[in-house]
Amino acid sequence: MPQIYYTEDHEWIRVEGDTATVGITDYAQEQLGDLVFVELPEVGRALKKGDTAVVVESVKAASDVYAPADGEILEANASLSSEPALVNSSATGDGWLWKMKLSDKSQLDGLMDLAAYEKHTG
Amino acid sequence: MTDVGQKKLPLEDLHQAAGARFGAFAGWSMPLTYPPGVMKEHLHTREHAGLFDISHMKLIAVSGPGAATLLSKACPLDAEALSEGQSKYTFLLTETAGIIDDLIVTRLGPTRFMVVANAGNAEKDGAHLEALAAGLDCTVEPLERVFLAIQGPEAEAALTGAGIDTGLLTFMTGREPKPGWFMSRSGYTGEDGFEIGLAEADARALAAKLLADGRVMWIGLAARDSLRLEAGLCLHGQDISEDTDPVAAGLLWAIPKPLRTQGTFVGADALHKTIALGAAEKRVGLKPDGRQPVRAGAELTDETGQAVGRVTSGGFGPSAGHPVAIGYVAAPLAAPGTRVFAEVRGTKIPVDVHPLPFTPHRYRKG
Repeated sequence: MPQIYYTEDHEWIRVEGDTATVGITDYAQEQLGDLVFVELPEVGRALKKGDTAVVVESVKAASDVYAPADGEILEANASLSSEPALVNSSATGDGWLWKMKLSDKSQLDGLMDLAAYEKHTG
Repeated sequence: MTDVGQKKLPLEDLHQAAGARFGAFAGWSMPLTYPPGVMKEHLHTREHAGLFDISHMKLIAVSGPGAATLLSKACPLDAEALSEGQSKYTFLLTETAGIIDDLIVTRLGPTRFMVVANAGNAEKDGAHLEALAAGLDCTVEPLERVFLAIQGPEAEAALTGAGIDTGLLTFMTGREPKPGWFMSRSGYTGEDGFEIGLAEADARALAAKLLADGRVMWIGLAARDSLRLEAGLCLHGQDISEDTDPVAAGLLWAIPKPLRTQGTFVGADALHKTIALGAAEKRVGLKPDGRQPVRAGAELTDETGQAVGRVTSGGFGPSAGHPVAIGYVAAPLAAPGTRVFAEVRGTKIPVDVHPLPFTPHRYRKG
């Protein structure tokens, strides 16, 4: 069973082994509104926790999405280049943003689980 | 949820009931989007009719025998020459011809005019007009009104359906259809439409009737911004300000020809000098290459990397189907098709100077 974590910045992180898939939550996509562009990271890029990994742009504004932990980009969701609205229609599914290899999984300790996140946004 | 310290719209409860998401703008808590979202709201306005609560904007009545004199002094405008019912887009200028605010002035009668001012500038405008009115026989009276805009190709039909006679109004004309009402055929979307100032109780009744019409829905400030941006219309505080003049802003069309070389309105000398010398930079439309929006504040450079201008408004144009922006470039680069580059997060995005508007205006000129 993959483990899913949530951050205070409204990202979700699904961890399988030392690979993490990262996206923004449904709550976040709703706040942002219709996305028109997603600036994706290059495969192989090294990230430090807190680095801007992706920029999602709505009609009105650009918002940073941060790396939840140190690691390296394994894959970016190329579908978003032509269809950024996938993040709106399926934030936790087809609208995932990137996959990364985690350098230190323990950096995710202390992040929220779904119940805690729901309380956070409640 | 609204932030403390921001003014609330009189109809805020209606927006809350409609599920609006609120945000701060010019000191007001404004509905930014409704559940359909900015994209659908924008396209709905272009296809049908959108209802906007623009009560943050201020109606200022200027009345008295000296009213026309006051307005012709405050603005590069021949107020005396306006016919009854005629509206005119104009400005308040500083002594250096900077734009204090852009306004729509409508002549309602021989000695009575209505001025529509921007939210963030309304107090400043009122005080400015008051100061200039000293010694003139006229009053400057900011009105307490709800202000609604209905915009789009079905706006007229929806108003008629709601029992409002649009009379003989054509684009840029206005009148007082009932006591306490002000209605003009104008707007900020590039579409045909109307703006109606009225008392709160009347506004509630009108909004209810309009929203009962399937062609009409509430439209938030986010779509208002994307609509006006596609239409190439300036937002004061972004595209024009006291640091820009009507020549650079490409708004000379709003100044009657005789006043471009003579006249004693505030800022006349500076304006005439700027017209004679020509503007060093010009406001232009900008079409970014690709899908990445270029936003206000982005620097513009030429291919050698030299700074040549800046973006003042930018976003995505839902009707245009691509990013759209407005900005200023050095005058020699203002011809459509000229390629410049916008610096966005360290990347240079190619941007072409593009004619304004991005989407054709569809005003009902009669």
